[in-house]
Amino acid sequence: MPEEKQVVRKKIAAAAEVAKFMAEYYLELDKAAKAGEPKIAWCTSVGPAEILRAMGFLVYFPETHSAMLGATRMATDLIPEANALGYSPDICSYLTADIGAFLRGVTPLAKAFNIDRIPKPDVLVFNTNQCRDVQDWFSWYGARFKAPVIGIHTHRGVQKVTESHVDSIAKQMQALIEPLEQVSGAQFDLNELKRVVELSRACSDIWKKILDTAAAAPAPLTFFDGTTLMGPAVVGRGTQKALDVYKILLAELEERIRNGEGAVEDERYRIYWEGMPVWGRLSAHSKLFAGLHANVLASTYCNSWIFSALDPEDPFTSMARAYTELFIVRSDEAKEKYIKDMLDFFKVDGIIYHDAKTCPNNSNCRYGMPQRLEKETGIPSLTIPGDLNDLRLLSDEQTKTNVEAFIEQLEENR
Amino acid sequence: MTSKPIYVGADVGASRTKVAILDGDKNLIGRAVRKSGTDFTATAAECLAASLRMARAAEGDIVNAISTGYGRKNVAFARDSRTEISCHASGCYLYFPQPITIIDIGGQDNKIIKLDEAGRRTSFKMNRKCAAGTGAFLEEMSARLDIPLENMDGLARQSANMVKLGSFCTVFSATEVLENIRHGQKIEDIVKGVFFSVIKRVLEMDSLTAHVVMTGGVVAHNPYLVKMTEEMIGRRILVPEHPQFTGAIGAALYAMNRDQ
Ligand code: SF4
Repeated sequence: MPEEKQVVRKKIAAAAEVAKFMAEYYLELDKAAKAGEPKIAWCTSVGPAEILRAMGFLVYFPETHSAMLGATRMATDLIPEANALGYSPDICSYLTADIGAFLRGVTPLAKAFNIDRIPKPDVLVFNTNQCRDVQDWFSWYGARFKAPVIGIHTHRGVQKVTESHVDSIAKQMQALIEPLEQVSGAQFDLNELKRVVELSRACSDIWKKILDTAAAAPAPLTFFDGTTLMGPAVVGRGTQKALDVYKILLAELEERIRNGEGAVEDERYRIYWEGMPVWGRLSAHSKLFAGLHANVLASTYCNSWIFSALDPEDPFTSMARAYTELFIVRSDEAKEKYIKDMLDFFKVDGIIYHDAKTCPNNSNCRYGMPQRLEKETGIPSLTIPGDLNDLRLLSDEQTKTNVEAFIEQLEENR
Repeated sequence: MTSKPIYVGADVGASRTKVAILDGDKNLIGRAVRKSGTDFTATAAECLAASLRMARAAEGDIVNAISTGYGRKNVAFARDSRTEISCHASGCYLYFPQPITIIDIGGQDNKIIKLDEAGRRTSFKMNRKCAAGTGAFLEEMSARLDIPLENMDGLARQSANMVKLGSFCTVFSATEVLENIRHGQKIEDIVKGVFFSVIKRVLEMDSLTAHVVMTGGVVAHNPYLVKMTEEMIGRRILVPEHPQFTGAIGAALYAMNRDQ
């Protein structure tokens, strides 16, 4: 009988530090929510978190919460609750799962950290740089909690980020200050913003170094590790604590490189992941690839929390630039150049595109990009239909056959 | 019965299980097909026994055996497995050693596989999640039309005025079929429309290269699909002698290559 391959994946010890960081982060939010202070701001994952932090808010990110709903496989049953309210099953399943969970009165924070509900917002702040769904999502909660919803409207499909783009976003960021002061009751302090931006930049730099360790062969970490290790870069950027955790993680990965230790035993194929993770299948996918000696070692997704333009000397303008330069904001031409650089840097053998049904914004395979990139680079690709949170939208058996066949193709063409 | 080295490929599809036996010169000397049913291991064993009888060979003659298909991990006599994508590719290349695009239409899924002149796979695509363009779609429609599956090919050939079905979705297509029945359209015209829909769904999956090969159980039982596809793309299509067995034959070739 053909045997299922035995899988060996090396655990990252510093993951425990990251988990501790996340626990403390949620417990602090819960405490504040119960005490009524400090005030809580909800923020989109690539929203202006630095401003909120500098103004004394604790910052909560609903997307991270919804990713937890996905990872704990709670999401699929909750999505229909939001569908029934008029939020289509075809729109962002972060939104539908999260609203569904709220309506049902459940949260993965309960099991993970003994926290029975998400923290009530005093203000909700979005940036449409990633999509319009976040605005709809925040508006629903804003109405529910009777809290103000404010935000930034970013240009989309940007080819080259120009001064006028940056100016317009910087102005919108400055315009947030006054309503935020009204909620916080405190005065905005530019020096504090500079300090937070400096920390955020440092976090971005070290997160980049962490991800760049995967350029080593064998790579010391996988994309699947990255999706959970990125927690502090998303929810903790602008804090010293996030930096401290990442120093420990980076040291461990560098040590692995020195010892020639790969995350996947006998790494033979180096794969790039374009698109969102399938949160409910992180472990299954990680095992699937590892069993084929393939390491999915780099991704657009994990790299989306690198903000190299941040500059404490010019906080508003540099934030405007950093949050507009992002991959998700850009034109296909700019995206393709970005991916090509990544393929080169990480010495990639093949690309997986995840066509996430409910997130067109992170599914870049729909307008011929795989074909164009393959023609230019000669690097083959595979598209897997699926979703970030809604497990009704994927076929595990097909994914498995597709991935196995893809690795066989790489093997036969060597 | 003389002892001779043989190589076995078992293709356990979601719908049918196929076993092929090749001799050392890559001749297909035994083959069998059965409904996969619910016990893949038993069905594969049955197919093996039947194909061994046809090949006039014994189990002891098997040098190596490889399984493929949806149930590839359930074949007790296989030493290893390979995906059906790889196996269809090598099975087709055996008969057509040139750059080809393979269209395989199976019971539950379909595939488009491209090979270069050396038989190296350059790309492949499987259908997405639904039944559109697969044998399952034909089965559903034959039930709706209340005609046996095996009569569809003959009926489609009689059509003089094909009815076009527009929908992607099997359920929507079924509604369209009912609507056409209500409007008094002839059954053969509807059946041809159903065939046309299958081909359209497959052709929109990928582009085709100069030489196109069609395989799979649906093609084996409905050769008119090939003729219709030829008309649609305006060129001849190559079909191996046993289109339902290319996956199993490819698996047997892997069994042979692994052994060498
Ligand atoms: S980018 Fe996609 S997954 Fe993220 S919030 Fe927007 S629609 Fe949802």
